[in-house]
Amino acid sequence: MSIPDSKVPEGPIEKKWTLHKEHLRLVNPANKRRIDVIVVGTGLAGASAAASLAEMGYNVKSFCFQDSARRAHSIAAQGGINAAKNYPNDGDSVYRLFYDTLKGGDYRAREANTWRLAEVSANIIDQCVAQGVPFARDYGGLLDNRSFGGAQVSRTFYARGQTGQQLLLGAYSALMRQVGKGKVKMYDRHEMLDLVVVGGKARGIIARNLVTGKIERHGAHAVLLCTGGYGNVFFLSTNAMGSNVTAAWKAHKRGAFMANPCYTQIHPTCIPVSGTHQSKLTLMSESLRNDGRIWVPKKIEDAKAIQEGRKKGRDIAEEDRDYYLERRYPAFGNLVPRDVASRAAKERCDAGFGVNRTGEAVFLDFASAIERYGKVEANVHHIENPSKEKIRELGMKVVSAKYGNLFDMYENITGDNPYEHPMMIYPAVHYTMGGLWVDYNLMSSIPNMYVLGEANFSDHGANRLGASALMQGLADGYFVIPYTIADQLADDIRTGPIPTNTPEFDEAEKNVRGRIDQLMNIKGTEPVDHFHRRLGKVMWDKCGMARNDKGLREAIEEIRKIREDFWKNVRVPGKADAFNQELEKAGRVADFLELGELMCMDALHRSESCGGHFREESQTEEGEALRKDDQFAYVAAWEWKGDPGKEEMHKEILKFEALKLSQRSYK
Amino acid sequence: MKLTLKIWRQAGPDAKGAMVDYPIDGISEDMSFLEMLDVLNDKLIREGQDPVAFDHDCREGICGMCSLYINGRPHGPERHITTCQLHMRKFKDGDTIYVEPWRSAAFPVIKDLAVDRGAFDRIQAAGGFVSVNTMGNLVDANALPVPKAHSDKAFDAAACIGCGACVAACPNGSAMLFVSAKVSQYALLPQGRPEAKERALNMVEQMDAEGFGNCTNIGACSIECPKDISLENIARLNREYLVAEMTKES
Ligand SMILES: Cc1cc2nc3c(=O)[nH]c(=O)nc-3n(C[C@H](O)[C@H](O)[C@H](O)COP(=O)(O)OP(=O)(O)OC[C@H]3O[C@@H](n4cnc5c(N)ncnc54)[C@H](O)[C@@H]3O)c2cc1C
Ligand code: SF4
Ligand code: FES
Repeated sequence: MSIPDSKVPEGPIEKKWTLHKEHLRLVNPANKRRIDVIVVGTGLAGASAAASLAEMGYNVKSFCFQDSARRAHSIAAQGGINAAKNYPNDGDSVYRLFYDTLKGGDYRAREANTWRLAEVSANIIDQCVAQGVPFARDYGGLLDNRSFGGAQVSRTFYARGQTGQQLLLGAYSALMRQVGKGKVKMYDRHEMLDLVVVGGKARGIIARNLVTGKIERHGAHAVLLCTGGYGNVFFLSTNAMGSNVTAAWKAHKRGAFMANPCYTQIHPTCIPVSGTHQSKLTLMSESLRNDGRIWVPKKIEDAKAIQEGRKKGRDIAEEDRDYYLERRYPAFGNLVPRDVASRAAKERCDAGFGVNRTGEAVFLDFASAIERYGKVEANVHHIENPSKEKIRELGMKVVSAKYGNLFDMYENITGDNPYEHPMMIYPAVHYTMGGLWVDYNLMSSIPNMYVLGEANFSDHGANRLGASALMQGLADGYFVIPYTIADQLADDIRTGPIPTNTPEFDEAEKNVRGRIDQLMNIKGTEPVDHFHRRLGKVMWDKCGMARNDKGLREAIEEIRKIREDFWKNVRVPGKADAFNQELEKAGRVADFLELGELMCMDALHRSESCGGHFREESQTEEGEALRKDDQFAYVAAWEWKGDPGKEEMHKEILKFEALKLSQRSYK
Repeated sequence: MKLTLKIWRQAGPDAKGAMVDYPIDGISEDMSFLEMLDVLNDKLIREGQDPVAFDHDCREGICGMCSLYINGRPHGPERHITTCQLHMRKFKDGDTIYVEPWRSAAFPVIKDLAVDRGAFDRIQAAGGFVSVNTMGNLVDANALPVPKAHSDKAFDAAACIGCGACVAACPNGSAMLFVSAKVSQYALLPQGRPEAKERALNMVEQMDAEGFGNCTNIGACSIECPKDISLENIARLNREYLVAEMTKES
């Protein structure tokens, strides 16, 4: 198979989506009732898609592995959602949001998709407000905005530090409304374990009821995967514990191409690792970089003293601090994109300037912000000659109102008070830009299978800007799929219900049962986590923030060994036909063990640096990432050929019409 | 740290359960409570025993999936946090810790510490929404200003994570705090007003049908709520409900 058509419509970039929508085929209301759609995932992408499709009249079945649709991982997003509303009147526009997103992604996204994302962004805010999402407002009652990395305007809408929660609860309420009407049938605590392809089209899934262990067949005319990202391949990440690649990977094995799997986002502001028991890492929202200043000591003696506990951050004089982001990138300062900020932290820590016991942490300091806000407040309240203490007190109030819950969270986890001592942060795996390949209509290389949200690859290129994932999930679900899916389903108005007693369903179910039996029967000695941790360490060390040829080759070998060991020595307790959380984990880790190898292969072949993918061989003299557009301005779409080592790569050449390729600079 | 855990084990919904003792050693202060249970499960699996089933996902206090009754309190001894946010530095070496599932007729046990909270979803489906379809041509989000005080209060109510601690804490097993939080969020926003009456009636009706108990103003729910959802919301629900009842067109 060669790379399928990306179906990017003709016409000038700002007209493409409108013209395309006008020419897509439609399914009339009476016929929609004859069409069934499976939506796997209830995060922002899945819940918004399921609700919208049901409102339009399709019969929807919605799946998630949590005990309620409301608990999808999207709930954890903190900082905000971008939209080109230009409410602050600071010069924002669809073009600027498009430009920032494409540039932020280091020119490795599909231009037309990124434009569409920016184009529909404003509608998302209108939709969410209409649903009763309580966004932050100013005293005039209008919506408030803040800035995020990679942008010089304020276009980020937020709901305290719980933006994802509020957006998801909005989408969940729309979904539940359709459940109440009987237009959506909800299958929570269900896990999709295979995709069923009939006559070349996706026609259903095999799912396991996680409470009873029962294997179920579900047929439909189209299947939407909205199953999130695969950051947990690194074991430690900011993702929820259950986030996994299984649904996407099973679809990949059935013929869906996996695009740019090596593009991983390492978020700069996370709480550093504290010990070997650690099960996950906690993000401190990027919004903190609006006011927090990042630094390490200038002098190596000071760094050593801090590492050994002889000094604290506060003991370091102002002139002995290295605000390295402000120094290296004066134009964007602490608000450079995530990949840049993460690498800069790693560079300082590798050079020995880290500020905790392990040497893998930098300071995020609010002292200047507290002082700055304190002075403003003193002015506002007409306090003349305020004392230092008074300024600090007033400033702390402002900082606490803005970030209080994040500060509390930090203190709760680390036992350290961030109002007194600067926070310590370090980069952690956070998001995966890579994912299943989709065309402009969000359809994968398997007809009738669509991929939405973090699970697809299309909009963020090699690096995602903050507050753009929520935007993309909701754009895909509310404003793209309702239009594009009809074009394909117009062929199915006479198909009738999809039967599940066919050889294709038999084969898929047998496949699922076979794999479960295999896992249950190994009866080895080591729990699943043991293998997952080992995989994670290889991925972090060799396919993490910096990658090189030698390391990646080693990683591939090591992952193969861990995989072999897993299939010989894993121990899955309990029974297959019952509630069995270890069995769930085992299946997911088995898939990660295959995906990890593909990620390394992808990272190995791409011997340029771009966005989150930094190849040590490809950097400028100052250590900045060096892209090679003449060789790598394409999407690498991998096709499964029976074994992770044998995947075949196809190229979708990226064409840039609206923006000229240029080397990214935030200086 | 060395601890003695006393954990509720129950093989399935219809099985009889019992408290079982598990001594455990080598627990670090920096671990979260759930990481401590991970350590226990790792040990149990290696010893060929069945690990303890418990629900969790985000492990940062926002998804509402974790539960656990710890030493007689939902989400443990600390206020305003969930079990996944509880850290072992809050316990002492040598402590005995009791771990049980949410206990409520409306939340049947699935296995060990995992319960079925599907009733909350059904209450939500009965009226926890604004009836607006996805539309590309809605009015601009700023066309309708919302006083900051109202939107802040709506947010306070909307912070509910649907964990069910309020039900577990209540001697009557009432779900009033959960329901009132949702009703309040919408009641306080202009977008939610048109359906306010039906919403209050339908959600309360579903709540009763699910077998939750009556509210007798004890207040344990709000004290144990990890998101500090206030009793004011229950008062608001009562008001909304009463008005809806009295002006109901039949
Ligand atoms: C801590 C944190 C903070 C973040 N903050 C921000 C932010 O401020 N702004 C921003 O824009 N982005 C943020 N992000 C990123 C953003 O939250 C995610 O990219 C986005 O929410 C993903 O949404 P989704 O709908 O694609 O998938 P998810 O929300 O991950 O949902 C996946 C769904 O798929 C289901 N599922 C998966 N596999 C299966 C299967 N096999 N069978 C059945 N169901 C399955 C799950 O149950 C779940 O319902 C943050 C991410 C993290 C980790
Ligand atoms: S009201 Fe509080 S305790 Fe009850 S479900 Fe909501 S967050 Fe949990
Ligand atoms: S695991 Fe999500 S709130 Fe505890």
